[in-house]
Amino acid sequence: MDLFNEARKRKLEYVTRRHFLKKCSTGLGGIALASLIGPQNVFAGQRHLEQPDLGGLHLPHHLPKAKRVIYLHMAGAPSQLELFDYKPELQKLDGLDCPQSLLEGKRFAFIQGTPKMLGPQVNFGRYGQAGTYVSDLLPNFRTIVDDVAIIKSMHTDEFNHAPAQLLVQTGSPRTGRPSMGAWVTYGLGSENENLPGYMVLVSGGKNPSAGKNAWGSGFLPSEYQGVQCRNSGDPILYVSNPNGMSRDIRKKSLKAINAINEAQYKEFNDDETMSRISQYEMAFKMQVSVPDIMDVSKEPEYIREMYGAKQGEASFANNCLLARRLVEQGVRFVQLYDWGWDMHGTNKASSLDVGLHRKCRQIDKPMTALIQDLKQRGLLDDTLVVWGGEFGRTPMRENRGGFEMPFHGRDHHTEAYTIWMAGAGVKGGITHGETDQIGFYGIKDRVHVHDLQATILNQLGINHEKFTYNFQGRNFRLTDVHGHVIKDILS
Amino acid sequence: MNKRFTFIIKIACICFATLMSCKEEQIGFNAQVRPILNKKCISCHGGVKQSGGFGLVFRENAIGKTANGKYGIVPGHPEESEMIARITHKDPEMRMPIEEPPLTDEEIDVLKTWIAQGANWEEHWAYLKPEVKTVPEIDAKWGTNTIDAFILKTLDAKGLSPNVEANPYDLVRRLCLDLTGLPPTEAQIANFTSDTSQVHYEAFVDTLLNAPSYGEHWASMWLDLARYADSKGYERDRKRQIWKYRDWVIDAFNTDMPFDEFTIKQLAGDLLPNPTEAEYVATAFHRNTLANGEGGTGNEEYRVASVIDRVNTTWEVWQSTTMACVQCHSHPYDPIKHEEFYTSYAFFNNTLDWDGPKDSPLYRGFKGLEKQQLDEVKAWVAKVSSDETANQWGNFISTQEPKVLPEDFEDYGNATHRNTADQDFMIAYNNAYLKIGTVDLSAIDRLYLNYKQKVKATARVVVRQDSLNGPIIGEARLEPSRRFVNTPIKIKTKAKAAPLFIQIKSTAKNYKCLIDGILFGEKLPAPQNEAYTSTYKTIDGLLNAKYHYSTPVMFDKTPLFKRQTQVFDRGNWLVLKDTVQPNVPDLLNTTNAAFKNRLDLAKWLVSDANYLTARVIANRFWARLFGKGLVLTSEDFGTLGEKPTHPELLDWLAVTFSKEWQWRVKTLLKTIVLSSTYKQSAVITEDAKRKDPYNQWLARSSRVRLSAEQIRDQALAVSGLLSQKMHGPSVMPKQPDGVWTVIYSKDQWQTSEGEDAYRRGVYTYLRRSSPYPSFISFDASGRDACMSRRINTNTPLQALVTLNDPVYFEAALHLAKEIAPLEVEIKEKISIAYRKVMGKAIGIGKLEILNQLYNDTKAYYVAHEEEAQALIQSNQTSLAALTVVMNSLMNMDEFLVKN
Repeated sequence: MDLFNEARKRKLEYVTRRHFLKKCSTGLGGIALASLIGPQNVFAGQRHLEQPDLGGLHLPHHLPKAKRVIYLHMAGAPSQLELFDYKPELQKLDGLDCPQSLLEGKRFAFIQGTPKMLGPQVNFGRYGQAGTYVSDLLPNFRTIVDDVAIIKSMHTDEFNHAPAQLLVQTGSPRTGRPSMGAWVTYGLGSENENLPGYMVLVSGGKNPSAGKNAWGSGFLPSEYQGVQCRNSGDPILYVSNPNGMSRDIRKKSLKAINAINEAQYKEFNDDETMSRISQYEMAFKMQVSVPDIMDVSKEPEYIREMYGAKQGEASFANNCLLARRLVEQGVRFVQLYDWGWDMHGTNKASSLDVGLHRKCRQIDKPMTALIQDLKQRGLLDDTLVVWGGEFGRTPMRENRGGFEMPFHGRDHHTEAYTIWMAGAGVKGGITHGETDQIGFYGIKDRVHVHDLQATILNQLGINHEKFTYNFQGRNFRLTDVHGHVIKDILS
Repeated sequence: MNKRFTFIIKIACICFATLMSCKEEQIGFNAQVRPILNKKCISCHGGVKQSGGFGLVFRENAIGKTANGKYGIVPGHPEESEMIARITHKDPEMRMPIEEPPLTDEEIDVLKTWIAQGANWEEHWAYLKPEVKTVPEIDAKWGTNTIDAFILKTLDAKGLSPNVEANPYDLVRRLCLDLTGLPPTEAQIANFTSDTSQVHYEAFVDTLLNAPSYGEHWASMWLDLARYADSKGYERDRKRQIWKYRDWVIDAFNTDMPFDEFTIKQLAGDLLPNPTEAEYVATAFHRNTLANGEGGTGNEEYRVASVIDRVNTTWEVWQSTTMACVQCHSHPYDPIKHEEFYTSYAFFNNTLDWDGPKDSPLYRGFKGLEKQQLDEVKAWVAKVSSDETANQWGNFISTQEPKVLPEDFEDYGNATHRNTADQDFMIAYNNAYLKIGTVDLSAIDRLYLNYKQKVKATARVVVRQDSLNGPIIGEARLEPSRRFVNTPIKIKTKAKAAPLFIQIKSTAKNYKCLIDGILFGEKLPAPQNEAYTSTYKTIDGLLNAKYHYSTPVMFDKTPLFKRQTQVFDRGNWLVLKDTVQPNVPDLLNTTNAAFKNRLDLAKWLVSDANYLTARVIANRFWARLFGKGLVLTSEDFGTLGEKPTHPELLDWLAVTFSKEWQWRVKTLLKTIVLSSTYKQSAVITEDAKRKDPYNQWLARSSRVRLSAEQIRDQALAVSGLLSQKMHGPSVMPKQPDGVWTVIYSKDQWQTSEGEDAYRRGVYTYLRRSSPYPSFISFDASGRDACMSRRINTNTPLQALVTLNDPVYFEAALHLAKEIAPLEVEIKEKISIAYRKVMGKAIGIGKLEILNQLYNDTKAYYVAHEEEAQALIQSNQTSLAALTVVMNSLMNMDEFLVKN
């Protein structure tokens, strides 16, 4: 054990919550509780005494590069062949029957019989110092390619949205496991006791296919689940007082509640009562901090313009700006979902010809601004940004039911897709992995979903093989029994 | 006497005594050795990971040759055992456990002695038969029943003494919340406190156990295990109508159905002789699995996922044994082998349900005319035959099973099997044929083709015997139909059994119809007279009739179409290996019983041959009353689970519950709440806190936070809003707009009307992708998987719920409106309100605090009348101030926990 871990372990052994509470039980209030208790005591949380902590106690395992994560999940799975993975050879095969050798033994969601190959539907250019290929659909993004690592050889096990999203977010295609953000806040806690450590922002008009399980806490205590910020009504459910109850009145009532609880504590001597007092204090602070941080109008005009954010919109642009505001305040894990990337070609909105152009216009400027903005604030050095979908799209044109579709579209594809990462020790301006000439298979440096998860944890100072939680007699990991850190993309 | 001689004698005596004690001290494997192995060795030398070829889960591995040719354990010879050599090695590179602190000298001595004594293995405690060796006497100074005798024995040993009895006001609230989930009414409090005798206490407990609210409360616990929800789970997460099952559970608790019967009906009610509707509905326990209707999903893949879930859930609920790991490989810690997952799987792999859109098999409930017709059919059959046969016909009409599914057709032509997402049917084109393997025709009168046809044309369907050119034994005409209908085809043949070919021919070139399956109808047990014909007509009508509700149930496939179960290679369902038959793991099969089906499994679970069920179940109920079980890890009794704090008490409870009390849950609960252990005060003394911070030894009552449902029910109850209505479809209380934004789904949360918005939490609609938010904040299960225990948390989001959720605010306002008109001064009003909320008199200190709050708030609202108006839609500033006080009362720590 190195000195760093040794010191941390010592500290944790001494400063347990109970110890703290006992020492401070005469003082009451306990507002600064969370920040003093040590890293695994997240946002308002405490160790649950019945639940032996295994991995968490030794965290971090090594010196972290990332303090926080922003994960931009494009729900529905964008086409890598129109955005990053340029395949001129595929263009030459456009309209020809797909060879049987590619279809044998494969399972597709909708393709039936023999589909036709489909060339790239957009033009590409080369940008940045490394001459990285970027689609014409992302004119802003091309200016930041030197800050990001593009991984072209991603692959997954699941070809349906809900299971594939669960696999990316929880490490398992079935429901019931904790999501990545839950794991991370369980392990590292939050840097800001007035805000949840794991927050979720959704755009595109719908939740992802996996539903709220995508940010659930699975078998971890419920306090580690992602807190969804809403675009209308309360930014967090029930954060506002009832109409007609001013902050002043709320303060008075909380004072009374806490005074009664103190009396209760004196009678029963139960530490949980003390904890409840501090939770109520924190709730009171959140009533101000949450609406404040969720208000993009607090940003100067030029910043809003940079992202394309507009007050009151439930847009990806607003969510990117909010993500920056949240990480700036110490939120550990910010998860964005943008729905609407499932371009099958069944209609205009879900086509490569129209729908994809529209979706790209919605994300290009904001995601570029996010990287630039984090960089100009010095936050990119310790904020990890990940962009990607849950799987890729086929180099074949979709032929649902064996018929030609009204628009151009591609089916779900597990063997190859592209994501990008930036910040927190991820090399900029590189491309990792390679696919074959038509973009069907990864042929070099293939990266599985579990490898991506291992890498994200690694940047946070966590060894994914040691970070476990005992449930039903088994030590569970985010990466199940798989995963290798993608060392080549790390500086 | 010679001093020296005496000295020698003394020495000799000491030596002899030492020798004797060494000889006598037999090392206990479970007590002394296993804890060391589990803590220090098993993560690398277990059942899966056997580093260096050395594993410590099975004895045969432990004493076998390791990878380097040496023997880890040589029984009788610690000096030859590589294990001892390695744990005592001087070189840190060689010393085990690697990169971890070395074993202590005591631990090493234990292992050496154990090997010297022959390295005997002992089964883990949970796999040994529960036995009651000695029942301690009830002590004169403390204790009411046997439970207390066990508890006191341990308290004495730990240097602790029991707490005083809780004050009657706290005790009555605890009892009511524990047994019915609801706080006591004023009348109950008056009744309880009027007489503190044990006889009266017992009578009071009986009234609670007999209250309908008892079943509603305990159902919540069982529904977590059953992963009950009102939707299917994945992606669009459509509605699933399965509330009849929830009602069945409530009723089963209320009627105190013995737990063995409760078990058998849920796991295999459909396999009981001539099952009733309720017995079918009980099997919905295992129809609570998730379904995936997402475009492009393989139905077989998610059927397999459901079967896997049924295996895991069954073993967790009744045996607290983890099977999930064994899906892919042998158990890492417990002696369960990989293929044993699939012998369990075989029990559940033969049902007719699949990942289809309709959730069939369904048990349909009719009403009105259809109900009357069904009753008439049954009455007629009963008259011409027997009640038993009438019940069979009722089941046939209500389930329309067992159907021959598209996957069962032996061969087909001009047809395609669509088997993904929300489709599962044959598309039959013109001149299509479907072949069914040799079927028993001796009792068959007709078959029903379940089809749907959009094309505006007609087709002729013929049934041929033996071959495509064989004799026609039945025919019918297919007309366009927008929905799936059962069209009867009368069968006339002398053959006892034959393969059948169903052909579809039309004059329309673009002809196409969808076929969902085929149902065989037996001959009515009566001569073919007029009544016979008209009854058939009614039956044919009922098979297409609208129904009032339905419940997904279990239904086995007929033997002809039985599925084979094969081991999945490393858990991958696409790579199949050896065929296996239904069985339970060897470890648990103490009598080498043979098993055919689910019914055998269910009966075995509650038989004497099973050592776990009674312990596991008694522990679950204990855990609900005390906040934690005698085995803390109620989900895992295996090697890695916690050991019982009171093993003898657990075994006594298990044996008494299953034998003497005949699995009566009410008797179990009653015995526990009658004990002095249960009645202790929750006040924690400094001494007890220091000696037993987590209250393992029960020298006090644990203060336990109420469950999500209890917190809401309680707020509604004390404010007078709670509806008493029982049973029926799930309801939707108030919920903020925009919580349901589920993809590809038009389903809306629509607040229920009238009292339905104020029903108990157990009736709240639970959509898996978006559960009721305040329940989730208070640690309720999202019901995606079986959940053995909820872990109570304490978070600011919970504070926001009880402070601001309109449900809680409305409760506060409602209570304030009741109190406000009373013609007493404000302090008295606050006292009355506190009594309503907490069931006892308020202390002076708390009264002063709340009085101050009232006065401050009142003054504020007088100065800001418009805010009072906004708060309560009235300008009564005193009501507004009182509402704020009520809202505070319902946020007191003491309101959220049971003392």
